[in-house]
Amino acid sequence: MSVISMSPPKPSQKPSVLNTLKKLSREQLILLLSLSIVALVLIIFVVAPLWAMLRSSVLDSDGVFVGLANFRHYFESASVWHSLTNTFTLGITVMLVVGSLAFFYAYALTRSCMPYKGLFKVLGMAPILAPSLLPAISLIYLFGTQGVAKEVLLGHSVYGFIGIALGLIFWTFPHALMILSTSLRTSDARLYESARALKMSPFKTFFIVTLPAAKYGLISTLIVIFTLVVCDFGVAKVIGGSYNVLATDIFKQVVGQQNFSMAAVTSLLLLLPALLAFVVDRWVQKKQQNLFDSRSVPYQPSPEPVRDGICFAYCAIISIAVLVVLGMAVYGSLVTFWPWNKALSFNNYNFAEMSTYGWSPFWNSIELASWTALLGTVLIFVGAYSMEKGRDFTPLRRFLQMLSVLPMAVPGMVLGLGYIFFFNDVNNPLNFLYGSMLLLVLNTLIHYYTVGHMTAIAALKQLPAELEASAASIKLPQYKLFWKVTLPVCLPAVFDIGAYLFINALTTTSAVVFLYSTDTIPASVSVLNMDDAGQTGSAAAMAVMIMIAAILAKLTHLLLDKLFEGSTQAWRKR
Amino acid sequence: MKARFMKTALVTALTLCAATSYAKQEVTVYTAFETDILAKYKNAFEQENPDIAIKWVRDSTGIMTAKLLAEKNNPRAEVVWGLAGSSMALLKSEGILKSYTPQGLGELNNALNDPQASQAWFGNDAYFNAICFNDIVAKQLNLPKPTSWDDLTKPIYKGHIAMPNPASSGTGYMQVSAWLQNMGEDSAWKYMQKLDTNIAHYTHSGSKPCVQAGMGEVAIGISMASRGAKLKTQGAPLSLITPKGIGWESEAVGLVKDSDAAKRVVDWSISKNANELYIEMYPVVAHKEVVSEMKNFPNVKQVMAKMDFARMGDERADVLNKWSDKFDSKSEPKS
Repeated sequence: MSVISMSPPKPSQKPSVLNTLKKLSREQLILLLSLSIVALVLIIFVVAPLWAMLRSSVLDSDGVFVGLANFRHYFESASVWHSLTNTFTLGITVMLVVGSLAFFYAYALTRSCMPYKGLFKVLGMAPILAPSLLPAISLIYLFGTQGVAKEVLLGHSVYGFIGIALGLIFWTFPHALMILSTSLRTSDARLYESARALKMSPFKTFFIVTLPAAKYGLISTLIVIFTLVVCDFGVAKVIGGSYNVLATDIFKQVVGQQNFSMAAVTSLLLLLPALLAFVVDRWVQKKQQNLFDSRSVPYQPSPEPVRDGICFAYCAIISIAVLVVLGMAVYGSLVTFWPWNKALSFNNYNFAEMSTYGWSPFWNSIELASWTALLGTVLIFVGAYSMEKGRDFTPLRRFLQMLSVLPMAVPGMVLGLGYIFFFNDVNNPLNFLYGSMLLLVLNTLIHYYTVGHMTAIAALKQLPAELEASAASIKLPQYKLFWKVTLPVCLPAVFDIGAYLFINALTTTSAVVFLYSTDTIPASVSVLNMDDAGQTGSAAAMAVMIMIAAILAKLTHLLLDKLFEGSTQAWRKR
Repeated sequence: MKARFMKTALVTALTLCAATSYAKQEVTVYTAFETDILAKYKNAFEQENPDIAIKWVRDSTGIMTAKLLAEKNNPRAEVVWGLAGSSMALLKSEGILKSYTPQGLGELNNALNDPQASQAWFGNDAYFNAICFNDIVAKQLNLPKPTSWDDLTKPIYKGHIAMPNPASSGTGYMQVSAWLQNMGEDSAWKYMQKLDTNIAHYTHSGSKPCVQAGMGEVAIGISMASRGAKLKTQGAPLSLITPKGIGWESEAVGLVKDSDAAKRVVDWSISKNANELYIEMYPVVAHKEVVSEMKNFPNVKQVMAKMDFARMGDERADVLNKWSDKFDSKSEPKS
């Protein structure tokens, strides 16, 4: 391969650049190339759209600069304060409820010896496999005016605060559970031994040892939940009634009024809590790392009938609640015409009859998820490797590491809106991407980039640094080391990233709702559309199909893990 | 699919063999028609005009309008076909639509066309609102059937009515506009204030209130009539009520680029043949000779509100602001 073919596009005009490039080794060139690709993707698909959105928030509808007039106008409206108050009330309520529910669930999973732990773990995580609209639809079947259990709400309407809160509690629970389990699992047994030696009551031990140790995990969880709630729009749209939140306000401004400047202003507002959450989360992550060191002894619970019994009962209640919500959606999808014809049939799955799109949204989603998983995993892992293990271009690597965590702070809707501003611009040479599947793929990939990036970095950090050093000493090129050692060893992390991207691409609504075209409409959006059009049964059916696809993806993930465990992970067991 | 493809190919081949053979000319048409009918309209047009190919660009009404406005200085569309009348009025006032007199204009019902001088847009079809009334739920709750707009403000209906939020939905705005234009500004706002006390919730989509009435989630939904008719056909226990002054809008066609091919598209879109395709989907179409009875669809011609689409487009931002300040800021849905 010649050197010139890999150099940037304008080498002929700048011989000095060419010379510099010529001096680089093939290895450095490959590193530079992979770093440049990641940098280019992140700049075009994160920074530029955000910039375009910022710009349009200070322009009026004719594109004339108006300074902060949009903001002033926005805050003058009385309804804004209601949306703000509503959003925060909702965020804090769900945050507190999910925080405590998930904490004790995670506690039971990690600190007790109750039976059926595996089953409880699966059921606790199950909601993550469903799109956020599924609980919303299910709640209408359960507690709506014609709901089977509407008496439970004591005459309150499910439409509004109650509905959104319940839906989001269900949907954010696994996210909280995931962080809290990890945080509770890494606990030092020596502290508990000391507590026992000091004859501390279990109750007191919980408050003095358990809770402080999980402090950072808990803070992190609360923040993640708050951000998820503030940014979600699917649940609020389906079951929110007149309870306006910021996310539905954006939708209203874009789809209802084509008032893009105002939508940009609302988006910036939505960006604030997310950014704040992000900063606090970074701080917490830094603190947490020092808690568990090489001298710590992992805590192993010993049987205690009373505690285990309570834990079992608690987990059983929550698991049953999860099953009821999921089951109701499946049941609702099988009811022929709710609530007037409750005969069971597969009519609602006959999408060709029910909607103009037929089955195409489902296959679009599978295509979207596959491409996102494939492209995303390659880009994220190669990118993370180049940033973490690269031997040159330190400033560029530092810069990229900062850029890689930015997407987490951008709510999906805001990202989607930014894409409209940036890619729908007639003067943008990338305008042809607008409405294409590729743009949906890149958007989804970027939306979930950071978590994948973190997973990759964490896995790479576990590898001893000596590996790179010894490879360098025997003059093994880094790309060969990557291919022969790093990749196989990190295979579980690679599968994790792939599965994470695949499942999230299936269930996401918020970013793609502005970007799809008739040929690329994803299943999650078609759930929203069918629900609007009155085919609630079919909407439930499509949501169930998404869930089934996600379950299959998860099973494949587990299978792949098992398959490669023997050949690549034996070194971990001593 | 294959057969259709073969047919198109055959037609194309025949055209190419014709004595005056020329390359097929492409016309870019922006539309908000439902996706499934686009292929049908394209095929029908191209069969009669084999030298022109239609290239559809489709999005929802709101997005399409925004797109056309955004491309104002550098329009990519050559024809707009199947976009709401109020959007068309807006496009005309922005200078995007060219005034043009299509062939066969005389055969159209003028109520659906551009009412202003130097006409620039022409109705294809019209869509309507209706009150969807759930008979079973009403019986359970002992609610009488409302027959007029004023009936809906009676205390008995408190918490049983859903309506689209006009700030989120064109259907909602259509009805608010109809009230404003037919009751008179002051009495319309007073009416909405009274109605508001009975509203269970405002929805973000235009068909949702009918859907919720169909499911029995509310007893009454002010919403898109065609949705109600469809649900009724599916078996929902609905009555569609159309009091005098029901909101409606036409979907219309207009010329953006002053070319021969574009003009022929506009001409065809108002032809009788085209209208016979519209009638399969819409209850009321522009052509005077094309009428049909849609299943479960109320007879709306006598109760259609008087609508000034230009005014509807012009005052939109102000009306929505006023509406939002009055009604959007109520947080709790009343149960």
